Amino acid sequence: MHWLVEPGFWSNPVVGPALVLGAVVAAVSAAVGVVVVVRGQSFAGHALTDVAMAGGAGASLVGASPLLGFLLAGIVGGGSIEAAGAERVRDRDVATGVVLGAAAGLTALLLYFVSSSTSATGSTQSVLFGSVFTVSRSVVPLGVAVAAATLVTLFSVRRPLLLSSLSPELAAARGVRPRVMGLVFVVVLAASVALSALVIGAILSTALLVGPASAALRVSRGLVGATVGAIVAGVASVELGILASYDSFYWSAAHRSVPVSACVVGVVLVEVAAATVWSRWRRGRG
Amino acid sequence: MFEPFMVNAWLAGTLVAVVSGAVGLFVVERHRAFAAHAIPNGAFAGAAGATLVGASPLLGLVVFAVASALGVAALGRRRNDVVTALALVTMLALGAALLAASGAYEPAIDALLFGQVLGVSRGEVVALALLVVGAGAVLALVFRPLLYSSLSEEVAAARGVAVRALDATFLVLVAMTAALAVPVVGTLLTFALTVGPPAAARALARGAGRALALAAALSLACVWAAIASAYLSGWPIGFFVGAYAAVEYVVARAASAWREGRARP
Repeated sequence: MHWLVEPGFWSNPVVGPALVLGAVVAAVSAAVGVVVVVRGQSFAGHALTDVAMAGGAGASLVGASPLLGFLLAGIVGGGSIEAAGAERVRDRDVATGVVLGAAAGLTALLLYFVSSSTSATGSTQSVLFGSVFTVSRSVVPLGVAVAAATLVTLFSVRRPLLLSSLSPELAAARGVRPRVMGLVFVVVLAASVALSALVIGAILSTALLVGPASAALRVSRGLVGATVGAIVAGVASVELGILASYDSFYWSAAHRSVPVSACVVGVVLVEVAAATVWSRWRRGRG
Repeated sequence: MFEPFMVNAWLAGTLVAVVSGAVGLFVVERHRAFAAHAIPNGAFAGAAGATLVGASPLLGLVVFAVASALGVAALGRRRNDVVTALALVTMLALGAALLAASGAYEPAIDALLFGQVLGVSRGEVVALALLVVGAGAVLALVFRPLLYSSLSEEVAAARGVAVRALDATFLVLVAMTAALAVPVVGTLLTFALTVGPPAAARALARGAGRALALAAALSLACVWAAIASAYLSGWPIGFFVGAYAAVEYVVARAASAWREGRARP
């Protein structure tokens, strides 16, 4: 095993929590991501990372817990995207774009206040790129609670949610209200994105939301199989990515490690490419 | 407010507003808001790569913006939101890796993401003016087929319009706008102008010509008001652009809903 795992990986005090937290966030993102891909809401899923950032900047201004700021802003932003774009699905990307622009502007303003009041720098980068190696321990209990609540909600509304995603008319005929389902799902999405944006950064949040889910949906036929596959693929990409990032320090000549985000995205892309090739091959044979 | 050091900011803001308003109308019409957000962010990887090999950041921006536009156009025919998301995270991760390798980090990123409208040089104003002329010429050439294929891709294809080539041309236009406007005013300002004012114009105006004129006018109003507010308050300009663009959109939606409600009592 020594050729694969460089020395100190298991005993390193930062690596252990990173592996656990990363796996929790990846599993939640992948499960939510399957519904995101089916509903065509990748843009909203990405935009909510920026919206949540505004809450993070606001929380650091008033000294509140960053996770609460991320969650609150994500839910308010998700609700306004859903409220503005619910009537016509085709106009949803415009509503998402307007909310994204306003939220990014608000982030710029709040970060300006933060940097002029505390002269702290680097908050832009830590929010944008995040790093699972630098997550503070105090976030862990609340983060795990949010993750569990998200998964339980998603599991209990899975049938009406999927029905209203695939066929709103059929769902309405069965007594499901698509607008209520849309709102419930956007709250679930906002909670999951807020958590992952805080723990692993905006880049990885989008990658883990969309990548494993789209790979699993290409391979699996049923939605249950796709969800299980997405969770496995998501957790695997985080763990392998962390390992590759750790190892790269020893492997590169200059002893500079490759960022975790780049390694995880690399694994996700390999998964998506393999799933695409596999589904083409199977279709060609059948 | 109109001191010598502000003149270039007003000129750059005006030029960017005109281009973003015009290109943005088609972004809204073609439902490409995600691509319009992803391409400028992806181009940022190119600038990072260019600093690494010692080339001009602008060249890196152009190459990566056009490459990501072509990638989205080639792969994203049906599930374009998933492909756009994957392209975006790939470019951002590449940018993070390249910046980590080159050692240049924080100030470079902030400048690229937020832009510096107050630090615009005369040369950058000239580059923006060339962009306005070039984008205007391309838009004038493809205006009718582009509009046609935006309204109904099937009908346009049946009439012999090269729909895929047109889509690629349009995304390259978005990419060129991003590459030239982003380093001057930042991704935030460009994107907010590309979506908010054109969406407001589309809700209010009937007919493509009027919508185009109104989109440019609303975009100009948004930028001018934002520059003035930023100058007076000292707050970042990106906040005012994002807020005014959202206000324009909400007011336009309310006005069009009120008008429809009156037409059908």
